[in-house]
Amino acid sequence: MAQLEEVLRPQVWEFPPYPAKSIMLASGETMVIRQAKREEVPVMLKAAAALTHVERDFYDIVAARAYAELLGWLRYRVRDEYCLVGLIDGMLVGLVNGRSLSKKVGVSYHTIAMRRGLRIGAHLFASKMEYHVEYLGQQEVYIVAESPIGFRRWMIEYGLEKRPQVHHELGGVMSWSLTRDLYFAAKDRLVVGERPVSDELLEKSATITVLEDDALIQQVAGKLK
Amino acid sequence: MLRDVYIAGCGMTGFGRAAGDLLDILEEAALAATEDAGLFSEIESVFVANMGAGILNHMSGLGSALVDRLCLYPTPAELVENGPASGGSAAKIGAYAVGSGAVDVALVVGGEKMRAVTGWEATDFVATLSHPQAEYIYGVTLPALAGMFARLYMEKYGITPEHLARVALKNHENGTKNPYAHIQQAVSLDGILNRPEAVVNNPWVAEPLRMFDCCPVSDGGAALVLCSKEVAEKTGKPLVKISGIGQATDTHAVHEREDPIELKAVQLAAKKAFEEAGIKPSDVDVAELHDAFTILEIAESEQVGFFERGTGHIALEKGETSLGGKLPINPSGGLKARGHPVGATGVAQLVEIAWQLRGDAGERQVKNARTGFTCNFGGFGNNVLCFVLEREN
Repeated sequence: MAQLEEVLRPQVWEFPPYPAKSIMLASGETMVIRQAKREEVPVMLKAAAALTHVERDFYDIVAARAYAELLGWLRYRVRDEYCLVGLIDGMLVGLVNGRSLSKKVGVSYHTIAMRRGLRIGAHLFASKMEYHVEYLGQQEVYIVAESPIGFRRWMIEYGLEKRPQVHHELGGVMSWSLTRDLYFAAKDRLVVGERPVSDELLEKSATITVLEDDALIQQVAGKLK
Repeated sequence: MLRDVYIAGCGMTGFGRAAGDLLDILEEAALAATEDAGLFSEIESVFVANMGAGILNHMSGLGSALVDRLCLYPTPAELVENGPASGGSAAKIGAYAVGSGAVDVALVVGGEKMRAVTGWEATDFVATLSHPQAEYIYGVTLPALAGMFARLYMEKYGITPEHLARVALKNHENGTKNPYAHIQQAVSLDGILNRPEAVVNNPWVAEPLRMFDCCPVSDGGAALVLCSKEVAEKTGKPLVKISGIGQATDTHAVHEREDPIELKAVQLAAKKAFEEAGIKPSDVDVAELHDAFTILEIAESEQVGFFERGTGHIALEKGETSLGGKLPINPSGGLKARGHPVGATGVAQLVEIAWQLRGDAGERQVKNARTGFTCNFGGFGNNVLCFVLEREN
């Protein structure tokens, strides 16, 4: 069994870690963005599962796909995947994931904001791009959008380049690319955060907690008025 | 007017993103107001305020549609469209209908379903109120007009980005106390202005205006039941009288004004409303101003006469316009936080003031409020309605 499992598991590239940073949000709260550990996946799966039936703003497809990707990472079925989490006092307020296709090319998977109206998704996506370009040293990142919000945030705000010849892992929709040049052109207006993160904040962010399902759904979809 | 007009009932939907369609919004607001008044079959005329159903929702004839939805036919009904001042206009026409003696009870309902389209399309839709040849074709939007206005106003009176941000802080804080508000999230000065993160948290929209200087795009509805004194007395509610109404217009294109930062229609509409009510601006206890952009709250607070020209931002800085201050402005959260479904806004302002004067405003209640004021700003100040409301008993 162990031998077969060895065959089923992907090879691993030990990529450099993403150094945690803190960001003050519009509300004055501080969000810590740090890399998630594989053993933290179950708690993130709980949050993703809660959102898989929220049709609003395409949360359902994003959450369902992110669930599968995170599960793939947990069960060693995806190569070189990572996940960054946004935490306010340990509470999960968003996550982003992706993987490395090669040492030169990254693939962006998903961005889920679990609190709305504070640009948490924008900060997390920027951190994901920061990771690929500045810490993994990749030349470009392949990206697709599944919602109009994503399209505005990524394709338009970063001025991404079309890559029609690229078959992104998320399907046959148009692929786009963030090149190093595009990243550094956008960095001043889109990528923020403070490092190092204080020990106190890191301690508060050491354990991920998530809202109960109903509260999380309401936080994302609102009380429909 | 030949006789006094009273607000017997108020109703609102939660502003934000509505699950239903525009008629559902109008119906919900109307039923809330008629239930509040305890008057329904007594309604003799219906006035519906809406700016964009034809463009946004592919609907017209909303007056007829609403009376049918409410099973109020054959009650007369019409649609009133006057840009973002549609609500104020419908309330004025409803008040005149009662005040003239033509009817004893009128229902005024304002509503808009703006989130049926993208933010870009909503911005374009609102821009259709600008001058078609002199403004719209050049890509001028309302945020663009407000940005240019803000630049001039700030330069002339020494207003800083922090003053603008403080309007947002105050109104967002008020919005957290209003269960009907679109945005119920407080913001901090550091988070939206001072810290480096503000470049992402609060990006430029039309310099010097940032995202938190602009109202959101909202769905929502608000409604009023207006009636004669005889009818109002029978409802058992505190008597809230519409004691002054003023309306004025200005040039369609902003650049044709002698001084683009003089909001003459605001000045004239306010003056007329105060004169009709027989009071001074200093008699007002609470006001709802049209803060579609933060700069407009400051400018209107001066130009309706609450503060000397160039001192509105100082009053704001001193907390005079906060809840608990000398003259709380926008206790509802204003357009900035309560939201701005354009056709509903003028009615929602009157609902808020009526609630304040009745003592029904909950956590955001202004103590001992007896006299209130609203300013509903249409176009970019080219069609403005002001109201004075007073509590009688």
